[in-house]
Amino acid sequence: METMEGSKGVADVVVNCEPDVVACFPITPSTHIAEDLNKAYMDGKLKTYVTVESEFGAISTIVGGSAAGARSFSTTSSQGLALMHEVIFAAAGIRLPLVMVVANRSLSAPLSIWNDHQDTISERDSGWLQLYCETNQEVIDTVPLAFRIAEELMLPVMVCMDGFYLTHAVEQLDIPTKEVIRKFLPPYNPKIKLDPENPITLGVYAKPEHYQDFRNDLDDDVHAAREKIKERSKEWANIIGRGYGDGLIEKYNTDDAERVLVAMSSVCGNIKEAVDELRANGEKVGLLRIKSFRPFPYDEVKKALTGKKHVGVVEKDMSAGAFPPLYVDVASALYSETVPLSSFIGGLGGRDITVNDIKELFKKLENEPVREWILKRELPLK
Amino acid sequence: MIEVRFHGRGGQGAVTAAELLAVAVGYKGWHSQSFPMFGVERRGAPVQAFCRIDDKPVRIHQNVETPDIVVVLDPTLMKDIDITSGLKKGGLIIINTVKKTDEFNLGDYKIITVNATDIARKELGVPIVNTAILGTFAKLVEWVDLESLEKAIKGRFEQQLADKNINAMRACADETHV
Repeated sequence: METMEGSKGVADVVVNCEPDVVACFPITPSTHIAEDLNKAYMDGKLKTYVTVESEFGAISTIVGGSAAGARSFSTTSSQGLALMHEVIFAAAGIRLPLVMVVANRSLSAPLSIWNDHQDTISERDSGWLQLYCETNQEVIDTVPLAFRIAEELMLPVMVCMDGFYLTHAVEQLDIPTKEVIRKFLPPYNPKIKLDPENPITLGVYAKPEHYQDFRNDLDDDVHAAREKIKERSKEWANIIGRGYGDGLIEKYNTDDAERVLVAMSSVCGNIKEAVDELRANGEKVGLLRIKSFRPFPYDEVKKALTGKKHVGVVEKDMSAGAFPPLYVDVASALYSETVPLSSFIGGLGGRDITVNDIKELFKKLENEPVREWILKRELPLK
Repeated sequence: MIEVRFHGRGGQGAVTAAELLAVAVGYKGWHSQSFPMFGVERRGAPVQAFCRIDDKPVRIHQNVETPDIVVVLDPTLMKDIDITSGLKKGGLIIINTVKKTDEFNLGDYKIITVNATDIARKELGVPIVNTAILGTFAKLVEWVDLESLEKAIKGRFEQQLADKNINAMRACADETHV
C-alpha cells in the first residue's frame, strides 16, 4: 500500500498493463491521469504517448493504434468525451478493444467542472461496455480487467470513476505489478489488424443489406459480455485477493433488506455508511450497486430486488423529458414484478449527496413511491 | 474517524498540507483520505482542503462538514468565512497568526496559535506555511509524529527544498505550546 492520488494510481496501473499507444488531451478532472502518463512516457515507462490537439485527436489516435494491433488507452472527461462522440460509436462498430478511463464530470451548460454521470451516461448506446467504480482501488483493479475483457470480446470498455471524489483523493492504494497483471492479461495479438503487407479495410461502408446485421451482432455481443465479465472478474479477484460483487452488481446487505437503494460509483460508499448506521437501529435497509451499466445486468437486478418493500434509484444524470436512465433500466428489469420503485436524481454538477441525505431517502422509502430531485439545504460554508 | 479541514488561499499550499498529512499518517499505519474542496484553483481565492484519518479504509466521499480539527493558514480569511462552521464541540483550531490564543473569541473550542509565517519566511524565504504548520500536529495529536511528516515531505520535494521544509516544520513544532 502506498498513499497516493487516485489519478496517479490509475496512471501507474495503466503503465503496468503495458499499452502500446496512449493518447490523451488533458481535461479536468481527468488531467492528472494524462499528466502522470505523460511523465511515465518521459521516464521511459511507456512505449508511446501521443500529445494531440484535442479529444477528437486522442480517440482517433487510439482507434488508429488499436486498428494496427496495438493495445491502446486514453482518458478524458465531460466535454472531452462529448467531442469524441462520433468516434466513440465508430470504435465500437469497428470492434476495437480500447480502454478509456473517464473521470466523470457534468456536461455544459451551465459550465461545471464537477462530478456527475451525464458524460458517460450520454454514451450508453454506443456499444462500449461501461463499468462504474466506487473507489480508487476498484478503478485500479478494474483497468487490467477492462483490457482483458475488451481484447477477448473485441469491444471497447469505459472505466468510469467519479471526478474529484476519486481522481483527486489521496489515499492508500495497492497497484498490481506488471508480473501480476501478466498472469491475467496475455499480450494482445488480434486476428485482424491493419497491415501494409496484407491490406484490409476496417469500418467499412455498409449498404442496407448489411448495416443492420453489424449492429445486431454488436448488440448480441454486448449482451453476451455479462457472463464474460463475471467469469473474468472472479478469476482476477482470485489473483489479486480483492473482488467487487460478481463483477456486474454488488449487494450490500440486500438479501434481508426491506428497503433498498440502487446506485452507481462513489456515492455508494456514503450509502454503505448510511446502511450501517440505520441497521444499527434495526432498520432493514440495503444497497444494490450497479457496476456494469452496459451491459445492464437485468437478471441479477431482478433477482436482487424482487420481493422488496420499496426500492429507490439514486442517480447523477437525467434524460430531459423522460424518466432518468438508471431508473428506466431498473424498472425494465422489474417489469414483471410488483416492486414499488422510486426515482431520485441528485448530485449533479458536484453537489454532495451526503450520508444524511441518504438517510432521508431511506425514510422516503417508508412511504408511497415518488419520482423527484434530491433537494438540498444551503451549503454550510460560504 | 478524525476529520481535518484546512482553510487557506490559493497558492498557500492548503491542498499540499492535507495531502502530506494523509501520506504521513499512512506511514503510521492509519488509513487516510485527503482531497481539495473541489474548485478552480486561483491564487488568493479562499481554498479548503480536507483530510480524514481512520483505522479502516475511508469509504465516504463528501466534503468534510463536521471537522474535529480546523487549520487556518491565513487569518485574514476569518473576516469572511466562519471557519468554525460544523466544527465539533471542543474541537481544535490551529491558526497561523501573530496573535495570542486569548485574543480569539470563537466559542467552545481549543485554540492553538503559532506564527508560521515568520518561521516560513526564515526557513524557506517565502511565506508559504503549509509544511511549517504540519509541525503543530506532531505536538497536538497522537496519530502523527515528526518522523512520519518528515518522510512525507522528503517524498514530495527534492532534497534541498525538503530539508528547508522539514526545518520549518520542526521549528513550528517547537513553537507550539499546548
